[in-house]
Amino acid sequence: MSDRPTAEFLNRRRFLGAAGLAGAGAMLPQLAQAGDASDPKITEVQDWNRYLGDGVDKRPYGLPSKFEKDVIRRDVSWLTAGPESSVNFTPLHALDGIITPSGLCFERHHGGLAEIDPADHRLMINGLVDKPLVFTMDDIRRMPRVNKVYFLECAANSGMEWRGAQLNGCQFTHGMIHNVMYTGVPLKVLLDEAGLKPNAKWLMLEGADAAGMNRSLPLSKALDDVLIAFAMNGEALRPEQGYPLRAVIPGWQGNLWVKWLRRIEAGDQPWQTREETSKYTDLMPDGRARKHTFVMDAKSVITNPSPQAPLKHQGRNVLTGIAWSGRGTVKRVDVTLDGGRNWQEARIDGPVLDKSLVRFYVDFDWNGQELMVQSRAIDDTGYVQPTKTELRKIRGVNSIYHNNGIQTWLVRAGGETENVEIG
Amino acid sequence: MSRSAKFVLAIMLGTTLLALPAVTAAKQKLAKANVEHPAPPSPTKLGLGRAALPQEIEAWDTDVRADGVGLPKGKGTAQQGDAIFQEKCAACHGEFGQGVGRYPVLAGGLGTLKADRPDKTVGSYWPDATTAFDYIQRAMPFGNARSLSPDEVYALVAYILSMSDVIKDPDFELNEKNLATIKMPNANGFYEDDREVAEKQFWKSNPCMKDCRPAPKVTGRAMSVDVTPDSKTGPSVD
Repeated sequence: MSDRPTAEFLNRRRFLGAAGLAGAGAMLPQLAQAGDASDPKITEVQDWNRYLGDGVDKRPYGLPSKFEKDVIRRDVSWLTAGPESSVNFTPLHALDGIITPSGLCFERHHGGLAEIDPADHRLMINGLVDKPLVFTMDDIRRMPRVNKVYFLECAANSGMEWRGAQLNGCQFTHGMIHNVMYTGVPLKVLLDEAGLKPNAKWLMLEGADAAGMNRSLPLSKALDDVLIAFAMNGEALRPEQGYPLRAVIPGWQGNLWVKWLRRIEAGDQPWQTREETSKYTDLMPDGRARKHTFVMDAKSVITNPSPQAPLKHQGRNVLTGIAWSGRGTVKRVDVTLDGGRNWQEARIDGPVLDKSLVRFYVDFDWNGQELMVQSRAIDDTGYVQPTKTELRKIRGVNSIYHNNGIQTWLVRAGGETENVEIG
Repeated sequence: MSRSAKFVLAIMLGTTLLALPAVTAAKQKLAKANVEHPAPPSPTKLGLGRAALPQEIEAWDTDVRADGVGLPKGKGTAQQGDAIFQEKCAACHGEFGQGVGRYPVLAGGLGTLKADRPDKTVGSYWPDATTAFDYIQRAMPFGNARSLSPDEVYALVAYILSMSDVIKDPDFELNEKNLATIKMPNANGFYEDDREVAEKQFWKSNPCMKDCRPAPKVTGRAMSVDVTPDSKTGPSVD
């Protein structure tokens, strides 16, 4: 109560200040005509430079600047029947570096977001084990833990583009990916507690959500680098990312990364669940389908310029993008400005980690001409990201998943940028 | 007994191997410091978690595998499933499994998997009938999961299979003994991931860098398809 008059007083002062600025703005054209316009943002004292700003604790859990309000996940409403079994997309065009902010990691739910009190959460391990066990979150937090940066890509990322350019923005064509630092316990530690029977070859991971999401995972992968994570980017998992516990399956398709993980069953063969038969199998032109296509192939995309981030200035510009490979590390990224006729090696900056995004840059001068920009990732196994034409020659256009073809953005003479197919 | 003994041994060996460098370093340190008490041995297990009780496992271990392992006792016919389907499923999937809006189509589509626009339904695409049981039991009806009895799930699976003519007799009784033996039309339509062989041309030692192709022409544009959400219609962050 007592601070209300102060707040009103401050607001009133701000209103008056804004009115004053509007008046100054109206004079701008005349000043501009004079040819030596001084910038009122410099010559006039600004509100934020005079009046007190918010004190500490006004924003006890911080949010981005209000001027970044368009940097949000967005969905494509026609993709799915409703929001509870849907996906939204990371705004890749507005990000930099390799870490995705937790609040912008794309969401994919199959039965809506499960909101679980960690005190109520349980993880059961059963099946072909010596001793079926139940763990609480407290138990898991007492185990030896590790920190790893990995990308998570939905197998259907770019899946809407198999038949041609369809969505105008890398948020929509490539935004089913994020890259964060996970903190968790190696799955091997948990399995060792329960003791695997010698005939255990596969695991089934099951979520606590209303979809009861379940997937089969080969034991060899589980013992290699799979984590059971409870934190991302230094804080608890976000609810939309599986709070309080999720699976982390490095380099493999996102559907395997079961969120709200509540049970792991060991068995001697895969379960053939709905997700691994009717979905996440890749229909080939001969009418047969590949199954267990777990690995995400090397891929890259230029995030700037792109349709939501057009070029605005002639002269010096920064082209940037991200590249990744589910098979290991990105060794090199090539960029072309002329639709694949000539390529140059981009500069990778920042950490180059196993099964993580890398950030690449090409600093270039733009004289206003039309550009066709593309990027091409090469990983440490020698795999070279193919063109869409090369990919379609083998896979046809019905496979939905694993579209890692080279993306083309057309930068028009005015800087407007669009998603195109080229031939 | 002997198996668990072997397991404990394996764990001890594993732990010993992992702990070896640390133990060696610790021993050196001890030797230098001339301390009397050796470091305590590493525990073979963390000792975290507790035994899962049989009734707890029974409550959660409801998954059904392709070979039928996990199927509960129960029975149902397509005729019975029809009535349940109309009441609990048709609002999303349509009376005949044809789908409503963008909810999944469940029936039809046989023989379309090579077509330009294939219909991937339970009948045309799914390799195992058991998968329908597992999925319905865990996730359906959408918004009221885990509310169906085993008999209702058998009946629904029978009805869905009858819509694709996999089950032809509306009174055929589906149960825990025969569900895994149902032969699905596309059972043999799948093969293991062969990308590393079938796509080995994507592993290239020297990708072209100069004069790699003729001048490109634009052959398709997302702008002309015009299905991109307008950025102004994005969700509010207020």
